[in-house]
Amino acid sequence: MSEQSLAIRKFSDLANPTRFLALSAIVWPWMAAITALFFAVGLYLCFMSVGDYQQGETVRIMYVHVPAAWLSMMCYSVMAASALGTLVWRHPLADVSAKTAAPIGACFTFIALITGSLWGKPMWGTWWVWDARLTSVFVLFLMYLGLIALNRAVDDPARAAKVSAILILVGFVNIPIIKFSVEWWNTLHQPASVIRLDGPTIDPEFLWPLLVMAIAFTLLFFTLHILAMRNEILRRRVATLRRLAARSAGYGEASR
Amino acid sequence: MRLVAERLSARRGEDLIFRDISFEIGPGEALVVKGPNGSGKSTLLRVVAGLLPREAGKVALAGEGAQAFETVASACHYLGHRNAMKRELTVEENLHFWKAFAGDSHGGAGVAIDAAAEAVGLGGIVHLPFGYLSAGQQRRMAMAKLLVAWRPIWILDEPTAALDAAAETMFAGLVNAHLSQGGLALAATHQPLGLGAAQELHMAGFAGVSVEAWA
Amino acid sequence: MTALLFRDLKLAVRAGGGAMIGVLFFMTVVAVIPFGVGPDLNLLARIGPAILWIGALLAALLGLDRLFQAEREDGSLDLILMQETPLVLTVLVKCLAHWLATGLPLVVASPLLALFMNMDAAAMAATMLTLLVGTPAITFIGAAGAAVAVALPRGGLLVSILVLPLAIPVLIFGVSAVYAAVQEPAPFLPPFLFLTALTLVFAVIGPVAAAAALRASTD
Repeated sequence: MSEQSLAIRKFSDLANPTRFLALSAIVWPWMAAITALFFAVGLYLCFMSVGDYQQGETVRIMYVHVPAAWLSMMCYSVMAASALGTLVWRHPLADVSAKTAAPIGACFTFIALITGSLWGKPMWGTWWVWDARLTSVFVLFLMYLGLIALNRAVDDPARAAKVSAILILVGFVNIPIIKFSVEWWNTLHQPASVIRLDGPTIDPEFLWPLLVMAIAFTLLFFTLHILAMRNEILRRRVATLRRLAARSAGYGEASR
Repeated sequence: MRLVAERLSARRGEDLIFRDISFEIGPGEALVVKGPNGSGKSTLLRVVAGLLPREAGKVALAGEGAQAFETVASACHYLGHRNAMKRELTVEENLHFWKAFAGDSHGGAGVAIDAAAEAVGLGGIVHLPFGYLSAGQQRRMAMAKLLVAWRPIWILDEPTAALDAAAETMFAGLVNAHLSQGGLALAATHQPLGLGAAQELHMAGFAGVSVEAWA
Repeated sequence: MTALLFRDLKLAVRAGGGAMIGVLFFMTVVAVIPFGVGPDLNLLARIGPAILWIGALLAALLGLDRLFQAEREDGSLDLILMQETPLVLTVLVKCLAHWLATGLPLVVASPLLALFMNMDAAAMAATMLTLLVGTPAITFIGAAGAAVAVALPRGGLLVSILVLPLAIPVLIFGVSAVYAAVQEPAPFLPPFLFLTALTLVFAVIGPVAAAAALRASTD
């Protein structure tokens, strides 16, 4: 047996739902604890850092906004990887992973949009501009909601997973295209006058809290994702048990 | 109370499905409508239930208690080919809805939801979504719907079509119990329903095209 | 009757229900507009109320075709028709449930979309208020269309075609009320009262027409 196929076997062994439940039961409390630790340190750093001389206190929104925006994209990548798992390896755990990541991703995207809007009001004087970056994040948010709706609309979870996996992958290809097109679209109408964070190099004063918060948010995502996956697996088991109960009720009566 | 139909005729499009059908059902009696496919059994039942317009003739309630009902339909339960239950809701929610929405009509009272489920042999699974049940179980739960709200007249269209022998016997028991409470039943079926002394009505089939419409 | 209301609300939020889809559609339609007209905030603020109203109109029509079709498919419609309760009342309650499940979320979502359109607070409030008063009218008149198309295959598209022309007055008075609230000389109240009157009138003729159409649709 070649090394590679062994590795795949090992991986799929780990991906057995029962094994996953057992393993994740051990892992998640630790992850939650580390997440809390990082958040504590990150928030401390956020409030200890001096405000920007131009933006004042509002600059602290950045420490929530930027990690949330980063997570909104990473979550989609996780979903795309899971979708690949669904379509190529037909693994049920990949279905679960893709399905449960969508609401979390939508939440992070929503946080990014809201905090961005709160930040934009004092900075730009308006809650929303149709800037390329904002617009593409909003489109991503709509994609998340569409995927959630699709998952809800299809009865059979296996079928729902397959169609949403296809849509996720189409979206994964399409989102960069959307991003480029809106950038092109926007510069046609409006000169790039919008204040951008990535313009000047960030001062270390801001960089450290930002990094810690980014790690904290990433850990938070994985903790939530694992817990959501556990819930989904248990939910499906309950559904199976209920179907079984329905079947046995029928047979029990018929044989009597 | 009696259900009286006089010289009923019905058509679908221009096909005259049947003509001049008369019958009378008294309390505790059942009428079984028989006939080949396409002979208009279902149409007759739907005409009686007021779901299809009749071409000629009349359907009415007579005898004591008939005044309590505004229409014939409001005195009837209709069990058609489809179960009239929502897959997304639990059995209990479905039955509760029909019990509350239909309500008991004059002269009787429906049983509780659990008791009705017990009566169709499916007690204990009312908490499951209706969509989880097998076709036979769904049909039986649709029958439980007849029990939760009281109606003197049961109109049954092929009630046991998807059911096994045990469920058929169970259903015959339900209908007989309904008859013994003074209820009426009007059923269309191929199979014998196992109802004791039931009148039978044989439908001949296609009654011709009403050419006079274009004459 | 409350049983029917609660059943329909439950159905709307359970798996496969369309409550969320309407709002999502609303958001998507409104979000697409700036791509068409360009990101000029002043322009968007000016046309915002109209865009929001058109988006809400389309979104409110979205789930309407299932209003009676779902009942017909599983045979519930037969039983509903047979009951002693007046059919008009049943239709009215179904409309109410449909509006609560799909229309009200649109009203709630409208301030958020108004932000995207760079509308000011007065326009936002006026839009929300007019949508609150006006969307029931769309549901009521839509119920008549849904009942007419209940037995037809591909009834969904047909419902939209049938109902959109009938909903034009609602759109006219809804949008003009919003503009009246924002632009100084025009008074807000007359178009708003017209809108309210339209809703009340449709609350009567919609269910009556729908009940008649349902009675005629049985086969």
